[in-house]
Amino acid sequence: MNLTRREILILLGLLVGGFLMVVAAPFVGMKAISLDHVMDGTKFPVDHDIFWRVRVPRVLLAWLAGAGLALAGMTFQSLFRNPLATPFTLGIASGASLGAAIAIRLGWTVLILGVSGVSIAAFVGALASVMLVFGLTRLRRGFSSGTLLLAGVAVGFFFSSVILFVQYISSFSESYRIIRWLMGGLEVVGMDAPLSLLPFLLTGAGVIFFLVRELNLLATGEDIAASRGVDVKLTRKLLFFATSLLVGGVVALCGPIGFVGMMCPHICRLLVGPNHRVLAVATALFGGLFLTLCDTFARTIIAPAEIPVGVITALLGGPFFLWLLVRARSV
Amino acid sequence: MSEPILQVAGLSFGYGDELVLADVTCAVEQGERLAIVGPNGAGKSTLIKCLVRLVSGFRGDVRVQGRELATYSQRELARLLSYVPQADGRQFPFAVRDFVAMGRYPHLSAFTARRAADEEAIDRALERAGLTDLATRPMDQLSGGERQRLFIAAAIAQEAPVLLLDEPTTFLDPLHQQEVERVLTDLHEECNVTLVTVTHDLNRALRHGDRVLALKEGRVHYLGAPAGLLEEGRLEALFGRSFALSTHPDGGPMILPD
Repeated sequence: MNLTRREILILLGLLVGGFLMVVAAPFVGMKAISLDHVMDGTKFPVDHDIFWRVRVPRVLLAWLAGAGLALAGMTFQSLFRNPLATPFTLGIASGASLGAAIAIRLGWTVLILGVSGVSIAAFVGALASVMLVFGLTRLRRGFSSGTLLLAGVAVGFFFSSVILFVQYISSFSESYRIIRWLMGGLEVVGMDAPLSLLPFLLTGAGVIFFLVRELNLLATGEDIAASRGVDVKLTRKLLFFATSLLVGGVVALCGPIGFVGMMCPHICRLLVGPNHRVLAVATALFGGLFLTLCDTFARTIIAPAEIPVGVITALLGGPFFLWLLVRARSV
Repeated sequence: MSEPILQVAGLSFGYGDELVLADVTCAVEQGERLAIVGPNGAGKSTLIKCLVRLVSGFRGDVRVQGRELATYSQRELARLLSYVPQADGRQFPFAVRDFVAMGRYPHLSAFTARRAADEEAIDRALERAGLTDLATRPMDQLSGGERQRLFIAAAIAQEAPVLLLDEPTTFLDPLHQQEVERVLTDLHEECNVTLVTVTHDLNRALRHGDRVLALKEGRVHYLGAPAGLLEEGRLEALFGRSFALSTHPDGGPMILPD
């Protein structure tokens, strides 16, 4: 695999930058923790615990979730050949949110294999929405990506109003939990969350990395891809499966953290070009670095309070979305 | 005569109740140039899309090299038929050479990288299409004519014996039309590639086609030598209007513009 010097430098930069970020981020937060406190659990049990049981898992989860969302976004953008097509603009986050809202309202707090009922409901909601989008793409051949995006918006509106209804019939505290969940966040305790995300991420990313050649061809158009010998139906199915694992897994644990899947692949395309062989790696690394950075801001910017990370990404993502629209150039 | 490379018998296809192709039968010999003409909506593009299996669910018997179309894997089929679609505006900005390189897809397995032979095929295709100097340029910075040659170059890199083109010169100015035409003529003469071209340019069909297939409302209106299309009022019946004819300076018939 021949990489240009520039591509190698960018990939190395993202890898090293991400590594340094993941190593450094747990030290900062509401209160900075020094290295000797981290190492000595008997003398500084509280700091030691905060570092290893709260901050390290959270930073790892942020990196994994960022990488997963960015890869899923890249895949959707290439499948639909539209920079605005992401799991979130296609209504998948709203599906997940509806699942979570219903679970909170019904009080499904049970743990199944260490995963909460809310997470499972969100996962099911995300999967159902992916199926819905996939179904729409199959309903009629030649559905334009613009039509699909509008359908995604419509589905999103519909789910949002059902969420409002669920909130309306919820108690005050349930309603607050629903709103809080909708903001997205990475607050976890212990390594269970990042570890439970890992199989989803590895499988989803593995499928996408295996299909980079096909993704390149699909990005040039389905007709071209098929005439070059790509089994378009099978490839699309596999890619939808991979993205639903990525998005479902991340959203179930972290809530709807928007715009990561739209911004990161786009920025990476500007950095390394559209060839997925390089783009996929760059996007995963960039997404991880980006969300870790956002979360570190979220934890420190108004310390001792924290901002949900979804609020930060949305604050960045809204203007970015508009910039993309105004720029009005095909990507 | 050897077996035709493409055989279509009783091909019918429709979207819902609307029949786009009705009982189309034709055969194409290796090395032949077939021009497909007809009014808008006559099913020309759909016919070649059926051949490369971009639309499914048609009835009839379609054979490539004597073997039934349905029995080919998509990859096997791509080694025999390459396709240049109608111009499409939105493109990710792949570099020209990267895009042409994707034409090698059917020759690679999931686990093999491109070999020296593949790189040579890519370079040859770039050269044929006159794009060698633009190899590193992002494809969204190409002119319309360059882009059309790029799509043809990618199809050439596929090294299939049959090339199907959907209106390759429709949106080009006369100079770029001529350039594309030259690339195709060279390819046909030097590599004996079979060319099946959907076109609205009747003079092009008359001059550059060995045979013409005229479709009207999804049915075969005429199939035969180009000159035959001008006889017995066939052309008038095809388009529902009259045409003025003249003689081209090189001797062949020519349809005059209004």
